Amino acid sequence: MINLTKQAGFDLARRHRAEQRFQWAGRLAILTSLAFLVFMTGSILIDAAGVVRRTQIAVAVDLKSGLVDPADITSASFGAILKSGLRAQFPEVSTRRQKKKLYNLVSPEGSFEIKRQVRDDPALLGGVQTLWLTASDDLDLYLRGKIDTSLPENRRRISNAEVTWIEELQQAGQIRRVLNWGFLTGGDSREPEIAGILSALIGSLFSLAVCFSLSFPIGIGAAIYLEEFAPKNRISDLIEVNINNLAAVPSIVFGLLGLSIFLGYMGLLRSSPLVGGMVLALMTLPTIIIAARASLRSVPPSFKEAALALGATPVQAVFHHVLPVAMPGMLTGAIIGMAQALGETAPLLMIGMVAFIVDLPQSILEPATALPVQIFLWADSPERAFTEKTAAAIIVLLIFLIAMNLIAILLRRKLEQRF
Amino acid sequence: MTRPFIAARGMNVFYGDKQALFDIDLDIEANKVTALIGPSGCGKSTFLRTINRMNDLIANCRFDGSLQIGGQQVYDTAVDVVALRAQVGMVFQKPNPFPKSIFDNVAYGLKIHGLASSKSELQDRVEWSLKSAGLWDEIANRLDQPGNSLSGGQQQRLCIARTIAVQPKVILMDEPCSALDPIATAVIEDLIDSLREDYSIVIVTHSMHQAARISQRTAFFHLGRLIEAGDTTQMFTTPREEQTQNYITGRTG
Repeated sequence: MINLTKQAGFDLARRHRAEQRFQWAGRLAILTSLAFLVFMTGSILIDAAGVVRRTQIAVAVDLKSGLVDPADITSASFGAILKSGLRAQFPEVSTRRQKKKLYNLVSPEGSFEIKRQVRDDPALLGGVQTLWLTASDDLDLYLRGKIDTSLPENRRRISNAEVTWIEELQQAGQIRRVLNWGFLTGGDSREPEIAGILSALIGSLFSLAVCFSLSFPIGIGAAIYLEEFAPKNRISDLIEVNINNLAAVPSIVFGLLGLSIFLGYMGLLRSSPLVGGMVLALMTLPTIIIAARASLRSVPPSFKEAALALGATPVQAVFHHVLPVAMPGMLTGAIIGMAQALGETAPLLMIGMVAFIVDLPQSILEPATALPVQIFLWADSPERAFTEKTAAAIIVLLIFLIAMNLIAILLRRKLEQRF
Repeated sequence: MTRPFIAARGMNVFYGDKQALFDIDLDIEANKVTALIGPSGCGKSTFLRTINRMNDLIANCRFDGSLQIGGQQVYDTAVDVVALRAQVGMVFQKPNPFPKSIFDNVAYGLKIHGLASSKSELQDRVEWSLKSAGLWDEIANRLDQPGNSLSGGQQQRLCIARTIAVQPKVILMDEPCSALDPIATAVIEDLIDSLREDYSIVIVTHSMHQAARISQRTAFFHLGRLIEAGDTTQMFTTPREEQTQNYITGRTG
């Protein structure tokens, strides 16, 4: 008699239960991590939504009455022009304090915006012009309902008088919200409404370029030598142990090393992406070497043997047959190292890439900051509107990261297609 | 009797402390197929790999004694292993084409040694090699396909074509048919027989029948020692040693 059912014995019920338990535990783990992921990206996205648009106010400014010399636009006092334009719209404002509040409706950048518009279009001179200027972050927050007007007046950033002005402006159609390209094309600023991410993005790009061009060739070279040519003895064992340990050294230590050697001893440029990239390269080298060695080790030795038996020199055998097969894995390791470097803040703080950078860096020798440092700086700023900037900067960082991984995947697929 | 092309005298090979070959004296003649037979671990593969110094890749392998090819010492400081291996080719147990196209597999040796001065010469020599290896008719129209897309037997013939492309004097074969089915084996055996005219071939094999079919000379190894060497017909009909007799009749092994 043969029994093929669950009741056949063999302790089947218990064994199947154990299996079910384990599978459910696994599903639960995945669900939990997914929930965390959704929660995290969701909250970042919601926070960042405010950055998508910026608020503008239309102000009628008087550009005729001899206040601006067409031959020398930059010398004109656009701040005063802007202020008188605002006063003209609200003639009832009289006290110094109220006037200051009125001026604060427009971003401090407003006077520069008038200057730029006049410079780009001199035809504006010679009449009263209505120009769209960026509004202050407080006005922007108020319009989006982020300021609780039920609080007592002295505990909020928008006073009752300002609320009336804003409503008046709104009724006159003098307030609009436009796409905030400035965030992607501008540099940092003390004013959240005009602060942009591009200077930090460029700083990160420059640093990573330096980091990659140093750590990839050196790392791959070291890995090839250690794996394929170095004699296996106590010294090479020692080197291997040290490389593995270096991969686990806290990154700030590399920052200190960069500070004392690159800046202190070699006297390289402080705050520059060059030094930042060099420090990041030190940090990523162990990762790249370890990944590259593992990748080389996984290449079947038969390719190398076949090449050697044909009379290839060891270097030819490695470079013609082992390296192409190991390359996709090496690239993966390098990209992982680069991703680490992209998100690294501590070593950059040590070498002064924490600077307040308004202008876009033009070369790797100019002071710059990096994306994670920018996030850190904004998260540290007291203005409420910087919270949104922080979230948006995190998204930019994530997109950068995803783009890097995408390139790595494409590159790997392309290399792997060669048989 | 012809002068031996490869001559081993008092050859000892060690892997660290372990001795793999003991005092081998063996002559291998030109333009003949010499089969090395014996049970696993008897040292026949070690002997084969000393001829083109592939054993150099093993860190603690040590050679002692004399091994000459064409009157020149193989283990001599003046010897360049690259030159040695260019003239003593090798075919491995498992087919190991490079992960490149069929054409590039054969062309590789020609390229690194600079044996083809022009593209058309390269093509001619690749074609000649593939024809000599009896593979041309099967793959002539798909030279750009990867080498490992071929069947096992075809891959092994590709490896033979790759080896003969650089026109070595000697071809070493380490159980070239052990991973192949009988039909592919028969094709390779025919090929080996036809290559004998131009090359000296040393082949390690586990198959007595294969040794009997394709070789003119046979050497029987046991536990690192050369028990007996001689003409294949004589070895398989009237072996001098009892150990040989037992092995080839399948009583021990």
